[in-house]
Amino acid sequence: MAEYSLRTPLSEEDVRKLDIGDVVYITGTVVTLRDAGHRRALELLARGERLPIDLKDLVLYHAGPVVRKVDDRWEVVVIGPTTSTRMEVYEYEMIEKTGLRMIIGKGGMGPRTAEACKKYGAVYTVYPGGAAALQASQVKRVVDVYWLDLGVPDAMWVLEVENLGPLTVVIDSKGRNFYDEVYAEARRKIDTEIYPRLGIK
Amino acid sequence: MSIASIENKLLEATVKLIEAAAVWLPDDVENALLKAYEIENIPATRSFLKAMIDNVKIAREKRLPICQDTGVVMFHAAVGDKFPFTGLLPSILRKATVEATKRIPLRPNTIDVFTGKNPGDNTGRYMPWIDWDFVEGSDTAEITVLLKGGGSEVIGRAKNLIPAEGLKGVMKYVIEAVYEAGPQPCPPIIVSVGIGPNVSTAMKLAYKGLLRPVGQRHEIPEVAKFEEELLRAINDIGFGAHGMRGKVTALDVHVDYAPRHPATLSVAVVINCWAARRASMRIYPDGRVEYLTHPHLNKEVV
Ligand code: SF4
Repeated sequence: MAEYSLRTPLSEEDVRKLDIGDVVYITGTVVTLRDAGHRRALELLARGERLPIDLKDLVLYHAGPVVRKVDDRWEVVVIGPTTSTRMEVYEYEMIEKTGLRMIIGKGGMGPRTAEACKKYGAVYTVYPGGAAALQASQVKRVVDVYWLDLGVPDAMWVLEVENLGPLTVVIDSKGRNFYDEVYAEARRKIDTEIYPRLGIK
Repeated sequence: MSIASIENKLLEATVKLIEAAAVWLPDDVENALLKAYEIENIPATRSFLKAMIDNVKIAREKRLPICQDTGVVMFHAAVGDKFPFTGLLPSILRKATVEATKRIPLRPNTIDVFTGKNPGDNTGRYMPWIDWDFVEGSDTAEITVLLKGGGSEVIGRAKNLIPAEGLKGVMKYVIEAVYEAGPQPCPPIIVSVGIGPNVSTAMKLAYKGLLRPVGQRHEIPEVAKFEEELLRAINDIGFGAHGMRGKVTALDVHVDYAPRHPATLSVAVVINCWAARRASMRIYPDGRVEYLTHPHLNKEVV
Protein backbone atom coordinates (compact mmCIF):
# COMPACT_ATOMS: atom_id res chain seq x y z
CA MET A 1 0.00 0.00 0.00
CA ALA A 2 1.33 3.41 -0.98
CA GLU A 3 0.24 6.90 -0.12
CA TYR A 4 0.02 9.72 -2.67
CA SER A 5 -0.75 13.42 -2.70
CA LEU A 6 -2.10 14.39 -6.10
CA ARG A 7 -3.04 17.70 -7.67
CA THR A 8 -5.66 18.34 -10.33
CA PRO A 9 -5.68 18.27 -13.31
CA LEU A 10 -4.70 14.61 -13.03
CA SER A 11 -2.74 13.00 -15.84
CA GLU A 12 -3.41 9.51 -17.12
CA GLU A 13 -0.04 8.56 -15.69
CA ASP A 14 -1.06 9.86 -12.24
CA VAL A 15 -3.97 7.46 -12.03
CA ARG A 16 -2.48 4.51 -13.91
CA LYS A 17 0.14 4.11 -11.21
CA LEU A 18 -2.46 3.71 -8.47
CA ASP A 19 -3.26 0.24 -7.08
CA ILE A 20 -6.25 -0.89 -5.08
CA GLY A 21 -5.70 -0.21 -1.39
CA ASP A 22 -3.51 2.86 -2.01
CA VAL A 23 -4.37 5.96 -0.03
CA VAL A 24 -4.66 9.28 -1.88
CA TYR A 25 -5.06 12.94 -0.88
CA ILE A 26 -6.33 15.36 -3.51
CA THR A 27 -5.65 19.07 -3.91
CA GLY A 28 -7.40 21.07 -6.60
CA THR A 29 -10.84 20.94 -8.18
CA VAL A 30 -13.55 18.37 -7.52
CA VAL A 31 -17.07 18.45 -8.93
CA THR A 32 -20.08 16.90 -7.19
CA LEU A 33 -22.86 15.02 -8.97
CA ARG A 34 -25.46 12.61 -7.70
CA ASP A 35 -28.08 10.59 -9.63
CA ALA A 36 -30.05 13.52 -10.99
CA GLY A 37 -26.88 15.37 -11.99
CA HIS A 38 -25.52 12.33 -13.81
CA ARG A 39 -28.76 12.04 -15.74
CA ARG A 40 -28.69 15.67 -16.79
CA ALA A 41 -25.00 15.59 -17.71
CA LEU A 42 -25.51 12.57 -19.96
CA GLU A 43 -28.56 14.14 -21.60
CA LEU A 44 -26.58 17.27 -22.43
CA LEU A 45 -23.64 15.27 -23.75
CA ALA A 46 -25.95 13.11 -25.85
CA ARG A 47 -27.31 16.26 -27.49
CA GLY A 48 -23.76 17.32 -28.24
CA GLU A 49 -23.86 20.16 -25.70
CA ARG A 50 -21.14 21.00 -23.24
CA LEU A 51 -21.22 20.70 -19.49
CA PRO A 52 -20.94 23.93 -17.46
CA ILE A 53 -17.46 22.75 -16.49
CA ASP A 54 -15.20 20.48 -18.50
CA LEU A 55 -14.57 17.38 -16.36
CA LYS A 56 -11.53 16.27 -18.32
CA ASP A 57 -8.73 15.21 -15.94
CA LEU A 58 -10.80 16.32 -12.94
CA VAL A 59 -12.33 14.53 -9.99
CA LEU A 60 -16.03 13.64 -9.83
CA TYR A 61 -17.49 13.36 -6.38
CA HIS A 62 -20.67 11.48 -5.42
CA ALA A 63 -21.83 13.88 -2.74
CA GLY A 64 -24.50 16.32 -1.74
CA PRO A 65 -23.24 18.98 0.63
CA VAL A 66 -25.05 20.89 3.36
CA VAL A 67 -24.40 24.51 2.41
CA ARG A 68 -25.32 27.99 3.57
CA LYS A 69 -25.10 31.36 1.94
CA VAL A 70 -22.98 33.89 3.78
CA ASP A 71 -23.48 37.33 2.21
CA ASP A 72 -23.33 36.44 -1.46
CA ARG A 73 -21.08 33.42 -1.17
CA TRP A 74 -21.84 29.78 -0.68
CA GLU A 75 -20.16 28.01 2.17
CA VAL A 76 -19.96 24.26 2.71
CA VAL A 77 -21.20 23.46 6.23
CA VAL A 78 -20.54 19.73 5.95
CA ILE A 79 -20.01 17.35 3.06
CA GLY A 80 -19.52 13.63 2.64
CA PRO A 81 -19.89 10.83 0.12
CA THR A 82 -23.17 9.23 -0.83
CA THR A 83 -23.59 5.57 -1.83
CA SER A 84 -22.06 5.16 -5.28
CA THR A 85 -23.94 2.07 -6.40
CA ARG A 86 -26.82 4.27 -7.56
CA MET A 87 -24.50 5.89 -10.10
CA GLU A 88 -23.25 2.60 -11.58
CA VAL A 89 -25.71 2.80 -14.49
CA TYR A 90 -24.30 6.15 -15.62
CA GLU A 91 -20.62 5.99 -14.88
CA TYR A 92 -19.22 4.12 -17.86
CA GLU A 93 -20.62 6.73 -20.18
CA MET A 94 -19.54 9.58 -17.92
CA ILE A 95 -15.94 8.38 -17.92
CA GLU A 96 -16.01 7.69 -21.64
CA LYS A 97 -17.49 11.02 -22.64
CA THR A 98 -15.86 13.43 -20.19
CA GLY A 99 -12.38 12.03 -19.64
CA LEU A 100 -12.66 12.41 -15.89
CA ARG A 101 -9.81 10.75 -14.02
CA MET A 102 -11.05 10.01 -10.57
CA ILE A 103 -14.32 9.31 -8.79
CA ILE A 104 -14.87 9.70 -5.07
CA GLY A 105 -17.79 7.99 -3.35
CA LYS A 106 -18.59 5.33 -0.85
CA GLY A 107 -19.84 1.78 -0.83
CA GLY A 108 -18.22 0.59 -4.07
CA MET A 109 -19.10 0.37 -7.77
CA GLY A 110 -19.61 -2.42 -10.26
CA PRO A 111 -18.01 -4.07 -13.28
CA ARG A 112 -19.09 -1.50 -15.89
CA THR A 113 -17.32 1.29 -14.01
CA ALA A 114 -14.29 -0.94 -13.58
CA GLU A 115 -14.26 -1.58 -17.33
CA ALA A 116 -14.34 2.14 -18.10
CA CYS A 117 -11.59 2.82 -15.56
CA LYS A 118 -9.38 0.29 -17.30
CA LYS A 119 -10.17 1.42 -20.80
CA TYR A 120 -9.92 5.19 -20.32
CA GLY A 121 -7.53 5.46 -17.36
CA ALA A 122 -9.54 6.40 -14.27
CA VAL A 123 -9.93 5.19 -10.68
CA TYR A 124 -12.74 4.92 -8.18
CA THR A 125 -11.88 5.86 -4.60
CA VAL A 126 -13.82 5.99 -1.36
CA TYR A 127 -13.88 8.50 1.44
CA PRO A 128 -14.89 7.36 4.94
CA GLY A 129 -18.63 7.96 4.95
CA GLY A 130 -19.88 10.04 7.81
CA ALA A 131 -16.70 12.06 8.30
CA ALA A 132 -18.47 15.17 7.09
CA ALA A 133 -17.14 17.81 9.45
CA LEU A 134 -13.54 16.75 8.84
CA GLN A 135 -14.12 16.87 5.14
CA ALA A 136 -15.69 20.31 5.26
CA SER A 137 -12.40 21.53 6.75
CA GLN A 138 -10.65 20.18 3.63
CA VAL A 139 -12.88 22.21 1.28
CA LYS A 140 -11.28 25.60 0.79
CA ARG A 141 -14.02 27.27 -1.19
CA VAL A 142 -17.05 26.88 -3.39
CA VAL A 143 -15.85 27.91 -6.84
CA ASP A 144 -19.22 27.66 -8.56
CA VAL A 145 -22.56 25.94 -8.52
CA TYR A 146 -24.77 24.89 -11.44
CA TRP A 147 -28.16 23.20 -11.78
CA LEU A 148 -29.52 24.44 -8.46
CA ASP A 149 -32.97 23.73 -9.87
CA LEU A 150 -32.24 20.07 -9.03
CA GLY A 151 -32.09 21.04 -5.36
CA VAL A 152 -29.06 21.76 -3.20
CA PRO A 153 -27.86 18.15 -2.73
CA ASP A 154 -28.25 17.26 -6.42
CA ALA A 155 -26.76 20.41 -7.90
CA MET A 156 -23.31 20.46 -9.49
CA TRP A 157 -20.92 21.97 -6.95
CA VAL A 158 -17.44 22.92 -8.08
CA LEU A 159 -15.17 22.86 -5.06
CA GLU A 160 -11.59 23.79 -4.42
CA VAL A 161 -10.11 21.28 -1.98
CA GLU A 162 -6.86 20.89 -0.13
CA ASN A 163 -5.58 17.46 0.86
CA LEU A 164 -9.00 15.93 0.57
CA GLY A 165 -8.67 12.48 2.10
CA PRO A 166 -7.94 9.81 3.14
CA LEU A 167 -9.27 8.31 -0.08
CA THR A 168 -8.69 4.63 -0.71
CA VAL A 169 -8.46 3.28 -4.24
CA VAL A 170 -11.20 0.66 -4.59
CA ILE A 171 -11.19 0.26 -8.39
CA ASP A 172 -7.89 0.84 -10.16
CA SER A 173 -7.21 1.17 -13.87
CA LYS A 174 -5.88 -2.37 -14.12
CA GLY A 175 -9.20 -4.11 -13.68
CA ARG A 176 -9.01 -4.85 -9.98
CA ASN A 177 -11.81 -4.15 -7.52
CA PHE A 178 -10.82 -4.02 -3.87
CA TYR A 179 -14.32 -4.66 -2.57
CA ASP A 180 -14.79 -7.71 -4.83
CA GLU A 181 -11.74 -9.18 -3.17
CA VAL A 182 -12.97 -8.22 0.32
CA TYR A 183 -16.36 -9.78 -0.43
CA ALA A 184 -14.79 -12.97 -1.76
CA GLU A 185 -12.68 -13.30 1.37
CA ALA A 186 -15.69 -12.63 3.57
CA ARG A 187 -17.74 -15.31 1.78
CA ARG A 188 -14.94 -17.79 2.22
CA LYS A 189 -14.69 -17.02 5.95
CA ILE A 190 -18.43 -17.28 6.47
CA ASP A 191 -18.70 -20.62 4.67
CA THR A 192 -15.55 -22.29 5.91
CA GLU A 193 -15.08 -20.85 9.40
CA ILE A 194 -18.08 -19.02 10.82
CA TYR A 195 -20.95 -21.30 9.79
CA PRO A 196 -19.17 -24.56 10.66
CA ARG A 197 -18.28 -23.14 14.07
CA LEU A 198 -21.88 -22.12 14.75
CA GLY A 199 -23.30 -25.34 13.30
CA ILE A 200 -25.19 -23.45 10.59
CA LYS A 201 -26.25 -25.01 7.24
CA MET B 1 -45.01 28.10 35.43
CA SER B 2 -47.81 28.51 32.91
CA ILE B 3 -48.44 25.85 30.31
CA ALA B 4 -47.29 28.20 27.56
CA SER B 5 -43.96 28.85 29.25
CA ILE B 6 -43.45 25.15 29.93
CA GLU B 7 -44.21 24.47 26.30
CA ASN B 8 -41.62 27.00 25.20
CA LYS B 9 -39.06 25.65 27.58
CA LEU B 10 -39.56 22.07 26.43
CA LEU B 11 -39.40 23.17 22.81
CA GLU B 12 -36.02 24.82 23.40
CA ALA B 13 -34.83 21.77 25.34
CA THR B 14 -35.84 19.47 22.47
CA VAL B 15 -34.08 21.59 19.83
CA LYS B 16 -31.00 21.31 22.00
CA LEU B 17 -31.51 17.55 22.25
CA ILE B 18 -31.62 17.22 18.46
CA GLU B 19 -28.55 19.41 18.12
CA ALA B 20 -26.70 17.27 20.65
CA ALA B 21 -27.56 14.17 18.65
CA ALA B 22 -26.44 15.72 15.37
CA VAL B 23 -23.11 17.15 16.50
CA TRP B 24 -22.01 15.14 19.53
CA LEU B 25 -21.59 11.38 19.21
CA PRO B 26 -22.60 9.62 22.46
CA ASP B 27 -19.61 8.60 24.60
CA ASP B 28 -20.36 4.88 24.34
CA VAL B 29 -20.09 5.04 20.53
CA GLU B 30 -16.99 7.25 20.51
CA ASN B 31 -15.23 4.97 23.00
CA ALA B 32 -16.06 1.95 20.86
CA LEU B 33 -14.47 3.70 17.85
CA LEU B 34 -11.35 4.52 19.87
CA LYS B 35 -11.13 0.89 20.90
CA ALA B 36 -11.47 -0.23 17.27
CA TYR B 37 -8.61 2.11 16.33
CA GLU B 38 -6.44 0.45 18.97
CA ILE B 39 -7.28 -3.06 17.82
CA GLU B 40 -6.86 -2.62 14.06
CA ASN B 41 -3.46 -2.82 12.39
CA ILE B 42 -4.13 -2.47 8.65
CA PRO B 43 -2.92 1.03 7.62
CA ALA B 44 -5.88 1.96 5.38
CA THR B 45 -8.33 0.80 8.04
CA ARG B 46 -6.52 2.80 10.68
CA SER B 47 -6.38 5.91 8.54
CA PHE B 48 -10.14 5.66 7.99
CA LEU B 49 -10.84 5.17 11.68
CA LYS B 50 -8.57 8.08 12.51
CA ALA B 51 -10.48 10.29 10.06
CA MET B 52 -13.76 9.27 11.72
CA ILE B 53 -12.44 9.94 15.22
CA ASP B 54 -10.99 13.32 14.16
CA ASN B 55 -14.31 14.09 12.55
CA VAL B 56 -16.18 13.39 15.77
CA LYS B 57 -13.95 15.89 17.58
CA ILE B 58 -14.23 18.59 14.91
CA ALA B 59 -18.01 18.20 14.79
CA ARG B 60 -18.26 18.54 18.55
CA GLU B 61 -15.96 21.56 18.76
CA LYS B 62 -17.43 23.45 15.82
CA ARG B 63 -20.98 22.26 16.49
CA LEU B 64 -21.28 20.82 13.00
CA PRO B 65 -23.27 17.76 12.00
CA ILE B 66 -21.15 14.62 12.31
CA CYS B 67 -22.43 13.39 8.94
CA GLN B 68 -23.95 15.34 6.08
CA ASP B 69 -26.84 12.89 6.03
CA THR B 70 -28.55 14.02 9.19
CA GLY B 71 -31.12 11.33 8.55
CA VAL B 72 -34.75 10.99 9.42
CA VAL B 73 -35.76 12.31 12.84
CA MET B 74 -37.12 9.47 14.96
CA PHE B 75 -38.28 10.00 18.52
CA HIS B 76 -38.89 7.47 21.21
CA ALA B 77 -40.99 8.65 24.15
CA ALA B 78 -41.23 6.57 27.32
CA VAL B 79 -43.93 8.40 29.21
CA GLY B 80 -45.01 7.84 32.82
CA ASP B 81 -48.75 7.52 33.44
CA LYS B 82 -48.49 10.39 35.92
CA PHE B 83 -46.49 12.66 33.62
CA PRO B 84 -48.55 15.84 33.19
CA PHE B 85 -47.53 17.04 29.70
CA THR B 86 -48.02 14.00 27.47
CA GLY B 87 -50.55 15.84 25.32
CA LEU B 88 -48.05 18.61 24.57
CA LEU B 89 -45.33 16.29 23.33
CA PRO B 90 -46.39 15.59 19.71
CA SER B 91 -46.55 19.26 18.77
CA ILE B 92 -43.37 20.09 20.71
CA LEU B 93 -41.41 17.34 18.99
CA ARG B 94 -42.67 18.45 15.60
CA LYS B 95 -41.92 22.12 16.15
CA ALA B 96 -38.50 21.27 17.55
CA THR B 97 -37.72 19.30 14.39
CA VAL B 98 -38.58 22.29 12.20
CA GLU B 99 -36.55 24.65 14.36
CA ALA B 100 -33.56 22.30 14.61
CA THR B 101 -33.54 21.85 10.82
CA LYS B 102 -33.08 25.60 10.46
CA ARG B 103 -30.71 26.17 13.32
CA ILE B 104 -28.15 23.34 13.15
CA PRO B 105 -28.83 22.99 10.11
CA LEU B 106 -30.12 19.50 9.33
CA ARG B 107 -30.43 18.33 5.76
CA PRO B 108 -34.09 18.31 4.70
CA ASN B 109 -34.69 14.62 4.11
CA THR B 110 -38.44 14.01 4.03
CA ILE B 111 -39.79 13.46 0.54
CA ASP B 112 -43.51 12.86 0.17
CA VAL B 113 -43.96 9.50 -1.51
CA PHE B 114 -46.97 10.57 -3.58
CA THR B 115 -46.26 14.19 -4.47
CA GLY B 116 -42.48 13.93 -4.55
CA LYS B 117 -42.34 17.21 -2.60
CA ASN B 118 -39.82 17.93 0.12
CA PRO B 119 -41.21 20.44 2.63
CA GLY B 120 -37.65 21.36 3.59
CA ASP B 121 -38.12 21.05 7.34
CA ASN B 122 -37.89 17.29 7.98
CA THR B 123 -41.59 16.97 8.71
CA GLY B 124 -44.35 15.36 6.70
CA ARG B 125 -47.10 12.80 7.13
CA TYR B 126 -46.29 11.05 10.47
CA MET B 127 -42.93 12.84 10.53
CA PRO B 128 -41.03 13.25 12.77
CA TRP B 129 -41.78 9.68 13.74
CA ILE B 130 -42.70 9.06 17.38
CA ASP B 131 -42.73 5.66 19.09
CA TRP B 132 -44.49 5.61 22.44
CA ASP B 133 -43.99 3.48 25.52
CA PHE B 134 -45.95 3.93 28.72
CA VAL B 135 -44.31 3.50 32.08
CA GLU B 136 -46.51 2.58 34.99
CA GLY B 137 -46.15 4.56 38.19
CA SER B 138 -43.72 7.12 36.74
CA ASP B 139 -44.28 10.88 36.62
CA THR B 140 -41.46 11.64 34.16
CA ALA B 141 -41.00 11.27 30.41
CA GLU B 142 -37.83 10.06 28.74
CA ILE B 143 -37.41 11.33 25.20
CA THR B 144 -34.77 9.91 22.88
CA VAL B 145 -34.03 11.18 19.42
CA LEU B 146 -32.33 9.08 16.77
CA LEU B 147 -31.10 10.61 13.53
CA LYS B 148 -31.23 7.71 11.10
CA GLY B 149 -29.15 8.08 7.95
CA GLY B 150 -30.25 6.56 4.67
CA GLY B 151 -27.14 4.52 3.93
CA SER B 152 -27.69 2.22 6.86
CA GLU B 153 -31.50 2.31 6.90
CA VAL B 154 -31.54 0.92 3.38
CA ILE B 155 -30.14 -2.33 4.79
CA GLY B 156 -32.99 -2.93 7.28
CA ARG B 157 -35.01 -6.05 6.57
CA ALA B 158 -37.39 -8.58 8.08
CA LYS B 159 -38.49 -12.11 7.26
CA ASN B 160 -40.70 -14.90 8.48
CA LEU B 161 -38.45 -17.89 8.98
CA ILE B 162 -39.66 -21.45 9.18
CA PRO B 163 -39.85 -22.22 12.93
CA ALA B 164 -37.65 -25.28 12.39
CA GLU B 165 -34.81 -22.96 11.37
CA GLY B 166 -34.68 -21.84 15.00
CA LEU B 167 -32.13 -19.47 16.48
CA LYS B 168 -29.48 -20.74 14.08
CA GLY B 169 -31.73 -19.57 11.28
CA VAL B 170 -31.94 -16.17 12.95
CA MET B 171 -28.17 -15.99 13.17
CA LYS B 172 -27.76 -16.91 9.54
CA TYR B 173 -30.32 -14.31 8.47
CA VAL B 174 -28.44 -11.58 10.37
CA ILE B 175 -25.00 -12.64 9.13
CA GLU B 176 -26.22 -12.71 5.52
CA ALA B 177 -27.75 -9.25 5.94
CA VAL B 178 -24.43 -7.88 7.17
CA TYR B 179 -22.54 -9.68 4.40
CA GLU B 180 -24.80 -8.32 1.66
CA ALA B 181 -24.61 -4.81 3.10
CA GLY B 182 -20.83 -4.88 2.92
CA PRO B 183 -19.34 -1.40 3.15
CA GLN B 184 -22.61 0.36 2.27
CA PRO B 185 -23.91 1.18 5.77
CA CYS B 186 -20.57 2.74 6.82
CA PRO B 187 -19.16 0.09 9.13
CA PRO B 188 -18.27 -0.40 11.92
CA ILE B 189 -22.00 -0.81 12.37
CA ILE B 190 -24.36 -1.42 15.24
CA VAL B 191 -26.65 -4.34 14.51
CA SER B 192 -30.01 -4.61 16.23
CA VAL B 193 -32.13 -7.71 15.95
CA GLY B 194 -35.74 -8.36 16.96
CA ILE B 195 -37.36 -11.77 17.11
CA GLY B 196 -41.09 -12.31 17.55
CA PRO B 197 -44.41 -13.69 16.35
CA ASN B 198 -44.61 -11.44 13.29
CA VAL B 199 -42.42 -9.04 11.38
CA SER B 200 -44.10 -6.00 12.91
CA THR B 201 -43.22 -6.87 16.52
CA ALA B 202 -39.79 -8.08 15.47
CA MET B 203 -39.06 -4.78 13.71
CA LYS B 204 -40.36 -2.76 16.63
CA LEU B 205 -38.04 -4.61 18.99
CA ALA B 206 -35.13 -4.19 16.60
CA TYR B 207 -35.61 -0.41 16.55
CA LYS B 208 -35.93 -0.31 20.30
CA GLY B 209 -32.59 -2.09 20.55
CA LEU B 210 -30.93 0.99 19.06
CA LEU B 211 -31.77 2.90 22.25
CA ARG B 212 -29.43 0.67 24.21
CA PRO B 213 -25.85 1.97 24.63
CA VAL B 214 -23.01 0.20 22.85
CA GLY B 215 -21.47 -2.40 25.13
CA GLN B 216 -24.56 -3.00 27.23
CA ARG B 217 -25.67 -6.65 27.22
CA HIS B 218 -29.24 -7.90 27.41
CA GLU B 219 -30.36 -8.61 30.98
CA ILE B 220 -31.30 -12.21 30.17
CA PRO B 221 -28.10 -14.32 30.12
CA GLU B 222 -29.15 -16.52 27.17
CA VAL B 223 -29.87 -13.46 25.06
CA ALA B 224 -26.62 -11.82 26.16
CA LYS B 225 -24.73 -14.94 25.09
CA PHE B 226 -26.51 -14.95 21.75
CA GLU B 227 -25.51 -11.30 21.25
CA GLU B 228 -21.88 -12.11 21.98
CA GLU B 229 -21.82 -15.06 19.60
CA LEU B 230 -23.37 -12.99 16.87
CA LEU B 231 -20.97 -10.10 17.44
CA ARG B 232 -17.99 -12.42 17.19
CA ALA B 233 -19.36 -14.01 14.00
CA ILE B 234 -19.98 -10.63 12.37
CA ASN B 235 -16.53 -9.36 13.26
CA ASP B 236 -15.00 -12.54 11.85
CA ILE B 237 -16.47 -11.62 8.46
CA GLY B 238 -13.56 -9.20 8.31
CA PHE B 239 -14.97 -6.13 6.54
CA GLY B 240 -13.56 -3.67 9.10
CA ALA B 241 -14.18 0.08 8.91
CA HIS B 242 -15.79 0.96 5.56
CA GLY B 243 -14.80 -2.41 4.14
CA MET B 244 -11.08 -1.62 4.36
CA ARG B 245 -10.70 -5.06 6.04
CA GLY B 246 -10.24 -5.54 9.75
CA LYS B 247 -11.36 -7.02 13.01
CA VAL B 248 -14.13 -4.59 13.88
CA THR B 249 -17.06 -4.77 11.47
CA ALA B 250 -19.63 -4.18 14.22
CA LEU B 251 -19.29 -2.12 17.37
CA ASP B 252 -22.07 -4.10 18.99
CA VAL B 253 -25.05 -6.38 18.44
CA HIS B 254 -28.33 -5.92 20.31
CA VAL B 255 -31.00 -8.59 20.39
CA ASP B 256 -34.45 -8.61 21.93
CA TYR B 257 -37.42 -10.88 21.52
CA ALA B 258 -41.08 -11.58 22.15
CA PRO B 259 -42.59 -15.09 22.14
CA ARG B 260 -43.29 -16.59 18.74
CA HIS B 261 -46.51 -18.16 17.56
CA PRO B 262 -46.32 -21.97 17.11
CA ALA B 263 -46.40 -21.46 13.37
CA THR B 264 -44.08 -18.47 13.09
CA LEU B 265 -40.58 -17.24 13.79
CA SER B 266 -40.10 -13.69 12.59
CA VAL B 267 -36.80 -11.84 12.56
CA ALA B 268 -35.97 -8.22 11.84
CA VAL B 269 -32.57 -6.57 11.46
CA VAL B 270 -31.80 -2.89 11.56
CA ILE B 271 -28.36 -1.52 11.10
CA ASN B 272 -26.98 1.73 12.34
CA CYS B 273 -23.87 3.21 10.82
CA TRP B 274 -20.93 4.15 13.06
CA ALA B 275 -22.43 7.66 13.20
CA ALA B 276 -25.05 6.39 15.66
CA ARG B 277 -26.56 9.72 16.58
CA ARG B 278 -28.69 9.37 19.67
CA ALA B 279 -29.59 11.72 22.51
CA SER B 280 -31.92 11.32 25.50
CA MET B 281 -33.45 13.61 28.06
CA ARG B 282 -35.78 13.19 31.02
CA ILE B 283 -38.56 15.67 31.66
CA TYR B 284 -39.77 16.03 35.23
CA PRO B 285 -43.34 16.92 36.25
CA ASP B 286 -42.26 20.47 37.12
CA GLY B 287 -40.95 20.97 33.59
CA ARG B 288 -37.30 20.55 34.53
CA VAL B 289 -35.12 18.75 31.97
CA GLU B 290 -32.15 16.47 32.55
CA TYR B 291 -29.95 15.39 29.64
CA LEU B 292 -28.96 11.75 29.99
CA THR B 293 -26.63 10.97 27.08
CA HIS B 294 -25.11 14.46 26.99
CA PRO B 295 -24.84 15.48 30.67
CA HIS B 296 -22.62 18.48 29.87
CA LEU B 297 -25.78 20.18 28.59
CA ASN B 298 -27.28 20.15 32.07
CA LYS B 299 -24.93 22.97 33.03
CA GLU B 300 -26.30 25.14 30.25
CA VAL B 301 -29.92 24.60 31.25
CA VAL B 302 -31.72 26.84 33.67
S1 SF4 C 1 -24.58 5.53 6.58
FE1 SF4 C 1 -24.43 6.91 8.36
S2 SF4 C 1 -22.31 7.61 8.42
FE2 SF4 C 1 -22.68 6.73 6.41
S3 SF4 C 1 -23.22 8.47 5.14
FE3 SF4 C 1 -25.14 7.58 5.87
S4 SF4 C 1 -25.64 8.64 7.77
FE4 SF4 C 1 -23.51 9.11 7.28
